[in-house]
Formats: sequence, C-alpha cells, structure tokens
Amino acid sequence: MRKRRNSIFAGIDWTLVLFFIVLVFIGWINIYAASVTNTSGEILDFSTRYGKQIQWIGLSIVLIIIIISIDAKFYERFSGIFYIVSMLSLAGLFVFGTNINGATSWYNLGFSSIQPSEFAKIATALALANFLNEPNKDLSNLKTQLSAFLILLLPAILITLQPDAGSALIYFTLTFVLYREGLPSYYLAIGFLAIILFLITLSLGFTSSIIIIFSIITLFIVYLINTKKYHLNREWPKVVSLYVFIGLFLFSVDFVFNNVFEQRHRDRFNIILGENSDTRGIGYNTNQSMLTIGSGGLTGKGFLEGDRTQGKFVPEQDTDYIFSTVGEEWGFIGSSAVIIIFIAFILRLIWVAERQKSKFSRVFGYSVATIFFFHFMINIGMVIGLLPTIGIPLPFFSYGGSSLWGFTILLFIFIRLDADRTYEW
Amino acid sequence: MEKKYIAYFSILLVGLLFISRLFYIQIINTKYQPSPLNNSAVAVKYDYPERGFIYDRNGILIVANQPSYDIMIVPRDVKPLDTLEFCSLLKIKKEDFIKKYKKSRIYSPRIPSVFLAQLSKSDYAYLQEKMYKYKGFFIQKRTLRQYPIKSAGNVLGYIGEVNNALLEKNSYYQQGELIGINGVEKQYEKALRGIKGVKFIQRNRFNKEIGPYKDGIYDTLAIHGKDVTITLDIKLQKYAEDLMLNKRGGVVAIEPSSGEILALISSPTYDPNLLVGRERSKNYTKLYLDEDSNPLYDRSLLAQYPPGSPFKIINALIGLQEGVITTETPFYCRGGFKYGRSSKAFMKCHCGTLGSAVKLNRGIYKSCNSYFANTYKRIIESQTTSSEGMKVWSDHVKSFGLGNFLNNDLSTGVKGYVPDDKFYNRMYPTFKWGASTTISNAIGQGEILTTPIQLANMTAIVANKGIYYTPHIIKKIDNKPIKIDKFTTLKRTSIKPEYFPPVIEGMFQVVENPRGTAHWSRVKGIEICGKTGTAENSHGQDHSIFIAFAPKDNPKIAIAVFVENGYWGSRWAGPISTLMIEKYLNGETKRPLKEKKMFEGSLQDEYDKQLLNQALEKETK
Repeated sequence: MRKRRNSIFAGIDWTLVLFFIVLVFIGWINIYAASVTNTSGEILDFSTRYGKQIQWIGLSIVLIIIIISIDAKFYERFSGIFYIVSMLSLAGLFVFGTNINGATSWYNLGFSSIQPSEFAKIATALALANFLNEPNKDLSNLKTQLSAFLILLLPAILITLQPDAGSALIYFTLTFVLYREGLPSYYLAIGFLAIILFLITLSLGFTSSIIIIFSIITLFIVYLINTKKYHLNREWPKVVSLYVFIGLFLFSVDFVFNNVFEQRHRDRFNIILGENSDTRGIGYNTNQSMLTIGSGGLTGKGFLEGDRTQGKFVPEQDTDYIFSTVGEEWGFIGSSAVIIIFIAFILRLIWVAERQKSKFSRVFGYSVATIFFFHFMINIGMVIGLLPTIGIPLPFFSYGGSSLWGFTILLFIFIRLDADRTYEW
Repeated sequence: MEKKYIAYFSILLVGLLFISRLFYIQIINTKYQPSPLNNSAVAVKYDYPERGFIYDRNGILIVANQPSYDIMIVPRDVKPLDTLEFCSLLKIKKEDFIKKYKKSRIYSPRIPSVFLAQLSKSDYAYLQEKMYKYKGFFIQKRTLRQYPIKSAGNVLGYIGEVNNALLEKNSYYQQGELIGINGVEKQYEKALRGIKGVKFIQRNRFNKEIGPYKDGIYDTLAIHGKDVTITLDIKLQKYAEDLMLNKRGGVVAIEPSSGEILALISSPTYDPNLLVGRERSKNYTKLYLDEDSNPLYDRSLLAQYPPGSPFKIINALIGLQEGVITTETPFYCRGGFKYGRSSKAFMKCHCGTLGSAVKLNRGIYKSCNSYFANTYKRIIESQTTSSEGMKVWSDHVKSFGLGNFLNNDLSTGVKGYVPDDKFYNRMYPTFKWGASTTISNAIGQGEILTTPIQLANMTAIVANKGIYYTPHIIKKIDNKPIKIDKFTTLKRTSIKPEYFPPVIEGMFQVVENPRGTAHWSRVKGIEICGKTGTAENSHGQDHSIFIAFAPKDNPKIAIAVFVENGYWGSRWAGPISTLMIEKYLNGETKRPLKEKKMFEGSLQDEYDKQLLNQALEKETK
C-alpha cells in the first residue's frame, strides 16, 4: 500500500499541477479585482464572490485528493455509469431545473446552484475514451463512426434544448479527438468547408455568395480538365452533385439563419461580421469589453486600478468576461502572458496525452486538451471581439463553482491516469 | 504522428492570433484607449473661471462680467410642491408654470434644462433661501459679458458656444463651452478665458458617481482669466461712432509713435450688449440679415476702397526719392492732364491754377491732378521700360504697408491691392502699356485698393517720416505691458526721411492755407496735416476720404476716415477727422456747430437711393 502511494506521487505530472495552481491563482486575483467593492474588504468574506470562489478553490483541493487517491481503473470501469448518470441529470433539468438568464441549466440546491453540463463533459470524455478503447473499434468504419458521434450528440442535444448552445458546441469539438484516433480527415475538411461557406453566406448574402463560389469551383474544374486530371465525360455526376450539394447548403444556411435563428442569434453573428455596429444594444458587451481591454495599454493600469472594471462597465465581468479585467489591469504584457500560459498548458496536455500507452488514457487526454482549448479559444475570442457572443467560461478564471470543479476534475482524472501510465492494464 | 503536429500547430496559431489581436486593441488602435477625459467610466466636471475684464488705454472698464441666475429643472426629481407660492416667488402665472414644466419634460425627464432664465439679483437672493423646499429645481449661476459703454462692438467681438470644427481641432474645449468668436475676445481668448479647473469622478455603468477618480490626483483648480488692456481710447471711439451715425464707412486712428490703435470704427455699428446671453442668437440673426447696412461687416478692416487723392502723397514721395521731381519742379495745369492722343484721354483737374506753374507744395494743398499725373508719368518712365518703372513704383508703394496684410492682432483683415508690372503684363499681354495706360494710379483711383486701417497706417508713416510700428490693439495683459516682437520692431519704408518734410508741409497747407482743400476743417491752436480725397466708385456718389495727423511736430494721432458716398473729402471725412483730433488732443471741441452738424448729418437718403437704383437695374435686366 505504502509503496503504491509513493509510486503515484512519483508518477504525477507536476508541470500540469503547477499550471493548475498558476491559472487558479491568477484567475482568483482577477475575480477579486472584478468583484471587490471596497478595497479594505476581507478576503474570506463568503458573502462576496471572491470569498465564495476561495471556498470553491478550497473544496476543489479536497476533490483533487479524492481523485488522486482513487484507483485509475475505477474511471475506466465506471465510465458507462458516469455517462448514464450525467445524461439523466441533464434530462432531469427539464423537470427539476431552475431557470437563470433564460436557460434551464441549473439545479438549485438551496445553498448553491449546480450546473450539470459542466460535469457531463467529464462523463462524455470518459465514455468516449472507454468506447474507443474497446478492441477493433475502427473509426474508418461507418458504424463505429456513428456510435462515436452518438455519444457526443446525446449530451449536445440535451444541452441545446436547455437552451445553452454555447456549452453544446464543446461536444462537437470532440470530433477532433475522433480525428486523432483515425476518423478520416475529410470529415474535418467538410466541417471546415461548411463553416467557411456558412460565414461567406452570412456576410455576402445568398445570391452573391452562390455566384462567387460556383465561379471558383467552375474555374477549378476547368483547370483540372485542362491539365487532363479530370475527365468530364466520365465523372460528370460528381460535378453535378457537388453543385447541387453546395447550392442546397448555402440555401439552407440562408434559410436557417433568417427563419430558424432567433434575432439574438442573428445579432451575435452580425456584430462579428461587422454588419451591425450597435454598441449600445446587443453589441454593448463586446464593445465595452474591447474598450476595457484596450484601455489597459501596454502595461495596464495596475491591480485594482482598472477604473472600467471598478465601474462595472462590462456585464458578467467576473464570469464570461473575466479576461477583460486582465486586459485592463495588466495590459498587453499581462494578457499576453495569460494567453501564453494557456497555450503552454494545452500543449503540455497534448504532449502528455501522446505519451500514454493505453488508448483509454490517450483518448481521454485528447478530450481534456480539446475541451480546455475550445473553452479558451471561444471565450477569449469572444471577449476580444473575434468570435460571436457565446457564453462559456474561461477555465479556472471565470467565477463559478461548477465550472471550476468541472475543469479541476477533468484535469486531475487525467493526471491520475497519467500517473499510472507505466502500468499496462 | 503527423496529426499530433497539426494539433500543436493549430494551438500555437490561435495563441499567436489572440496576441496579435490584443496588440491591435491595446497598443495600435487608439480608439480603444480612452484617456480619463473621454473615458465613459469617469465623469469630468469643469469649474469655469471668471473671464478677464477688458480695459481701454486709460484704464476705463469696457468689458465686464455680470452674474446671471437660471432656475434649472430636473423633471424626474420634482416632488409635489406648493405651486402657488413657487409661482409668486418666480413672478410667473400658474399656466406658465405648467407650460414650462411640460416643455422640460418633453426635453428630458433626467437632464437638467432651463426652467426660467436670467433672474435678477434681488429675486435670486430671496429665492435662494427657499430653494430647499422645491425638489428637482436648482439655481445655476452663469456669467455673461457686460459692456458698460455701448461702443466698439467690432473691436471687442463677442463670445458664443464653440463650434464643431474648432472642437475637433482644439482639445481644450468641450461641447457647449464659450469661446471668443470675434475681435479681441477671439484674439486674446487664451489670456481672457483663464484655465478651467477639472474634477474627475469615478462612475459606474449606471452613470452613478461613486467618488473621486484616483482620489483626485488628476484634478486641477481653475485659474482666473487675465485682464486685458487694449490700446483703444474708448472715449474717442465712442465719439467717432457718434460722429459716424447714419453714415457708412470706416475710421481708424493710430498713435504714430507706437502703432497703437486709438480708435477703430465701422459704421453702422451695434451695441455689443446685443450679443450677450440668451438674446445673442436672435439679435445676431437680425444684424446678420441687415444686408443693406451690414453692421456685422467691419468696414475699418475689411472694406477696400480706392484711396483717392491721399494717395498722391505717396506718389510725391516716390517722385522725390527717385529724383524725377524736386520740390521746385514746375508743372502746368491746363484744367487737366492730356495723356493720350484722343480727346477722351484727358484727366480733368479742379485745382484752378490756370496759367501759373504748380510746384509740390501747391500740388498737394490744391490736390492738382495734373501735377501728380506728370509726376507719376516721370516715375514710370524713369526706367528703360514701363515694366521696370512700374516695379520700382509698386515696390515703393508696398513699403507703406499697402497691398498686403498688416499682420496685426485684429481678428480679421484683407490685403487690399497694389498693382505691379506683372499685373499689367497680364492685363495687357501685348506689353503695350505705359504711364498713360495706368495714369489713374497717379491720383489713387486705378487698380489700387486700400482699407481704412491701411490708409491710417500710411498716414502714421508719413507723420513719422518713413518709419512705423505695425498697428496693434493689445497694450497690457494682466496689467503688464506686453512685448510682442512684431509690434515693437521698427519698420522702414523705402523713402529716405529727408523727402518727408516738404510733403508734410504740403499736407499742413491743405488745412492751414485758405486755399487748401480742407481749410474749412481747420482747428485753431492745433497744427493739423491732412489730405482730402474724393474717390469715384461705381455704386453712387463719390466716397468722402480724409487722412490727417496732428500735431505737425511730434504727432500724437494719425487718422484715416472713409465715408461711403459722402460726395467729397472735405464734406464729411474732413470735419470728422479734425473733430476727433480736437477731442483727442484737447478733450473737447470749440466747434460745437460743426460737431452738431456731423452728429446729425445723415447719408441715409443717399443709401436708400442706391438701393432703389440697384433694384431698378435688376428689373431692367
């Protein structure tokens, strides 16, 4: 028993633990700056947000100890049960959930609220790892592909119905894990192409974009015919179906955007595409957050000196928009440093995932890295005005117990699995 | 293995993209880096200092400030009140109260607006004690300009709200602030306004003020505006304005020894108190729309008239300098000067010295056209070509400050015009032009245009025997005499000092000699040197022009007077100049009849006739 424990501690990747400590620490500093009202405030005042966050952080240490103590095999063995429980908790929201800000994503436990979608990510990642770990699961096989997608799609649909489209998006990004594990690359290519076509259609309108895209394709085909790489008389059905598919896709994007989306969704896209410069209404958040970040300049205004943060100009500044506090008080230097830390952390996760001998650990590690990466990318992309407003938290930075615990559990299960990597089970 | 690198690469790419985006919003794009001044998180409150006073050269206060009290209302904060008592305090009717209240509500329930403007001081004192009862109302103090002497509106200018074009250029001003718009108020705005104090106040996103920004380290105190003393003699100014009543034109008086402007009159003028406070825009529009007499147009600085006969002085000086005449050179006047072969090429002269030779002295005091035509012809023909002769002439004329901006400290001005060889080469491209073609320059009628201030400056130069200081209006700032290089450096004309005395003697004879053209305007006990002028113009009657300085030795004042359509020089301009000289040197006039005649004399009929003619002309076209 004693010997075993020692080996666990020896196997722990302290670099990742250090990243965790650094990110949580910087995150809390900024929550403090964003939520403090008088500078003489007591740090452990649990009525304040920064005080509560300290509580969450303290409790997460307990969680970490528990996670590390549990046998690594436990996570693999019980992944199915975790997944089922998670899905039930998501489904249960429709009956017992509490509506906050228009989305029924929380269970109200009286003393606090819990957001099950933060934990469903872990269960889904474990379930996916478990599924792919089974022998002769080949992702070039259509049936395997469909099953894998089903695992991701189930929570995504449940969460979309809450409705919390932002959080649901994360499950789709786990497709990248499938790609790593052998999913043919044209899935990703088609995905990318679809996104690009989607954006082109939105910014240029249906008619212009279809003319432009068809001209490009036609030119390309003419080029191929000229260089004799392509023979129209033999392969014309492919060409026709290409035109038809793209035409249909553009049409449906246009239709969905204008008829299925609600106005608030359309507005979010329009702001990023520069078609709506309303800085007081829907564009207020993004505009305020960019002004706040910009006002930091090179070196920032200093800790607790951010006047726009103090004035609470940016809505949700201690949750989704926490990065604007970093930008204002620590400037370009500070905010770039945070980005570099995050990038290094995610690279480290992938590096660690790649060194796993077990497929289960590797898939789970990739899922963890993917989840962290997309939270980071979508959150900061939104705060600095590169992406539409999608309300998902910045890992370890945004205020909130569920998200902090969710990310902590995610990271430390992986650290636990990694610590056991020498054992082949 | 390859897929691992795709992951690494994409992650690094996103990081790089984010850092460049941050670099753009935090370092490059200034739109996102608000200073405390335009930061919406910080409220900026200004403390406006009192604007400086303006005094005349003798220390008489000409521009002061008056407090004005406005009752302001914030409709949202108004609580039920005893309307009857409030109305009686404000001396308004209840219906007015309801009307005003509704109006302010429509304007904005939150933003303060003026409920009742400009309370008297006594009303204010009484009301002030009761204001606490009326929630949502408060009294705001403003300062308005006040002009104890209703004079010199054109010199002093006025203040008004700063316009958008200036707001963009000058970061000191904020929307709605006041700025000097014309005259001294504009030129010495920086000294007069002082520096406003600034308080930065931290706000939250509901615009609620939550305390001083950074404990007030950026806050500044207001600095009082400086008092300005100008060179004007306000009594002389007012006197001249009264003399010019019902006559259009410009009058400028300069102290030759310093270049200080003693009086600067544009007639018709207006009471500067009209352009103060809430009535300003209404009155301004009224003045602006008065297209016939155009009181806002500063004739002393902007009106360009042909100088007429006073310009002969310059031709005499150039003739002497160039050696083409001496004081003894005789010319014969045969009722005019024939400058060409055709019978039409004849310039009439009214000097009436048939038969005898006209020399310099008489040429000036009788204003003999023939004499100066001959002189001018000799100047132009003194060089090998007309072109060169014209260049010599033109350069001499320009050295008197004519044909260009004087570069003074008045808020407006024009160049006037002095023709030169290039001008005539352009006008007559075949180069067949000479003294005869341009002969009207001899008597100040041709292409030359001068403003009253230029002509006054020219007179001062003659009085000073060829030297001058740029005319200016500023004397002291904050009671300290100011030294501005361009006003304290002596300037010289291209005429040697020794040529001036004979010309000055001629000007003295204009007034002193019983046969002089302005003998009628003579003042006993003052040696006045002058020159009449009668300038033809296309609009109607000739302009009446007079230039003068006095005393002859050690001159104290130099004057130029233009009276539009005043028939001839000695009719209006002559007496007005000499009365001003008398008033300035002696403090009063011994010629009350003449004074009365000037005060009461009106050229309005003449102007009305002109207007009628113009209308008729339009009709016939």
